[in-house]
Amino acid sequence: MTITEKILARESGASLVSPGDNIWVNAGILLTHDVCGPGTIGIFQREFGNDAKVFDPEKIVILPDHYIFTADEKAHRNVDILRAFVKEQGLPYFYDPGTERYCGVCHVALPELGHVRPGETIFGTDSHTCTHGALGAFSTGIGNTDAGFIMGTGKLLVKVPPTLRFVLDGEMPAYVSAKDLILHIIGDIGVDGATYCAMEFAGTAIDALSIEERCTICNMAVEAGAKNGIIAPDAQTLAYVKARTAKSFEPLYSDPGAQVQAEYRYDVATLEPVVARPHLPDNKALARACRDVKVDQVYIGSCTGGKLEDFVMAARIMKGRKVAVRTLLVPATRVVEQGLVDTTIDGQSLRQIFEAAGVEPIAPPSCAACLGGPIDTFGRTHGHEVVVSTTNRNFIGRMGSKDSQIYLASPYTAAASALTGHITDPRDIA
Amino acid sequence: MPKDTLIRGPVYVLEDNIDTDLLIPACYLNLVPTIPEEYRKLGSYALAGLPDSFPKFASNPDGTTPFPIVIGGRNFGCGSSREHAPIALGAAGAKAVVAESYARIFFRNSVATGEIFPLESQTRLCEAFKTGDEAEIDMTSNTLTRLADGAVFPLKPIGAVAPVIAAGGMFAYAREIGMIKK
Ligand code: SF4
Repeated sequence: MTITEKILARESGASLVSPGDNIWVNAGILLTHDVCGPGTIGIFQREFGNDAKVFDPEKIVILPDHYIFTADEKAHRNVDILRAFVKEQGLPYFYDPGTERYCGVCHVALPELGHVRPGETIFGTDSHTCTHGALGAFSTGIGNTDAGFIMGTGKLLVKVPPTLRFVLDGEMPAYVSAKDLILHIIGDIGVDGATYCAMEFAGTAIDALSIEERCTICNMAVEAGAKNGIIAPDAQTLAYVKARTAKSFEPLYSDPGAQVQAEYRYDVATLEPVVARPHLPDNKALARACRDVKVDQVYIGSCTGGKLEDFVMAARIMKGRKVAVRTLLVPATRVVEQGLVDTTIDGQSLRQIFEAAGVEPIAPPSCAACLGGPIDTFGRTHGHEVVVSTTNRNFIGRMGSKDSQIYLASPYTAAASALTGHITDPRDIA
Repeated sequence: MPKDTLIRGPVYVLEDNIDTDLLIPACYLNLVPTIPEEYRKLGSYALAGLPDSFPKFASNPDGTTPFPIVIGGRNFGCGSSREHAPIALGAAGAKAVVAESYARIFFRNSVATGEIFPLESQTRLCEAFKTGDEAEIDMTSNTLTRLADGAVFPLKPIGAVAPVIAAGGMFAYAREIGMIKK
């Protein structure tokens, strides 16, 4: 069996499962946030009764992150719904935006907080829940109804996905990052190329990636339609997890020769920086082939491209230089925000490097303009802006305005484009 | 909705890769679908993310749609897990989507909520129909008929999720099989 099949088998009490089987799986973690939490709670209460108790308070994690720094009244009302529910149910893992506990973007915060453990299952009311497979968990996005069901029962009916295996070997060229790898893959297989499947990533290039970079890859599995992305845990994973949780866990691994639906091989040494042109993540082009595209705005943030290492990459490019266009920086979480101060390159903090480069005042952590959001959202587009963004989706209207054009790129490429004002291969200016 | 329903009325025609931001833009995600008044509002914003070259979908004065059937191409509903997407279509009064293929979470949410039938066509329909054509879906014979000329287009049988759809959603199904209390 593959790692995905093994986790699903263990959590359903079966000794063997095969792709296509419909099985009841135990939820290790149920994750929700301010946009889907209130609806999930509404379904839970409607179906199980107003006095019902959640299946296990220890297994529910609520990380509000989407509409935090806005004057929108309903957005605040929604966080109040979460607060009332958390109080009534006595839920320990609520990271309230009004308090010291606030974290920021759920998919960056969940592993930071030690809630992601290899071999476990995570269901979240957000499509990018697939991120957490980077630590060897089975992790997938679900809707409010399924989440309401889990809240009451701790279980979900899951169809076992077939696995697509991506073997990435070779040495990463300079200024090529995990974001480029996943944009290459999605460009090759298409936005529905992995629909219903598990995307398993392996190979020496994956082994060499940091945990954050592995998260970037699994984060975008859903952009190819996948149910989950997954990477076998290694010593680095175990060290990362053990540093963040005292809970015990039992990792699982694919059997050698486990059956997969298809295998794809890449020699990453041959890959170059790429972008995804508007309006689909599979609309791949080499960054150097898009030099003619003039840029109005650069956005560095989100669960895909707003982690500390993403800002380190951007700072390496921007250090000692000035941006030519409006450049917006949104650290994903408070830990990342602090990292901008604590992390230095040649004695200068990342924050100092960015400020000297002339970026806009750095925003507090949240999803911000990654998904447009309420009208007053930081960085939201309002007209015909051309944006180079480290986020994950370039759909029409995704960052607000239906008329703006979004190019998805790595932090290197985004930073390089900020300096020149047109799409720029980072190797050209590094 | 029982499985053998006939669905009849004008169709609204879309294309490939209709994503959840087109189905319901993020600025309306502050609405909570389980609050009845906000459920209705979500319906009035269904497909509000489409470029302005498309006719308005929820164009009835009360915020519902004159189109009970939505026709799409490949990968319908790709993107976010927001259940607001099938809910907006259902709340607007749409009964079924007929597409060549679906993004996983959208399909699942449609089935789990029982808001709309996510039906799969055996052939590409986006070019065979134009918005406003009258059509009829027969879920017993798995067909879609264009009423103007009687042309019949085969649909795929619903498959493994048929019992969930027949029960009327995830909770009804779970009660039926004794997974949760009646
Ligand atoms: S940062 Fe963007 S993609 Fe990630 S959870 Fe927030 S809105 Fe979704």
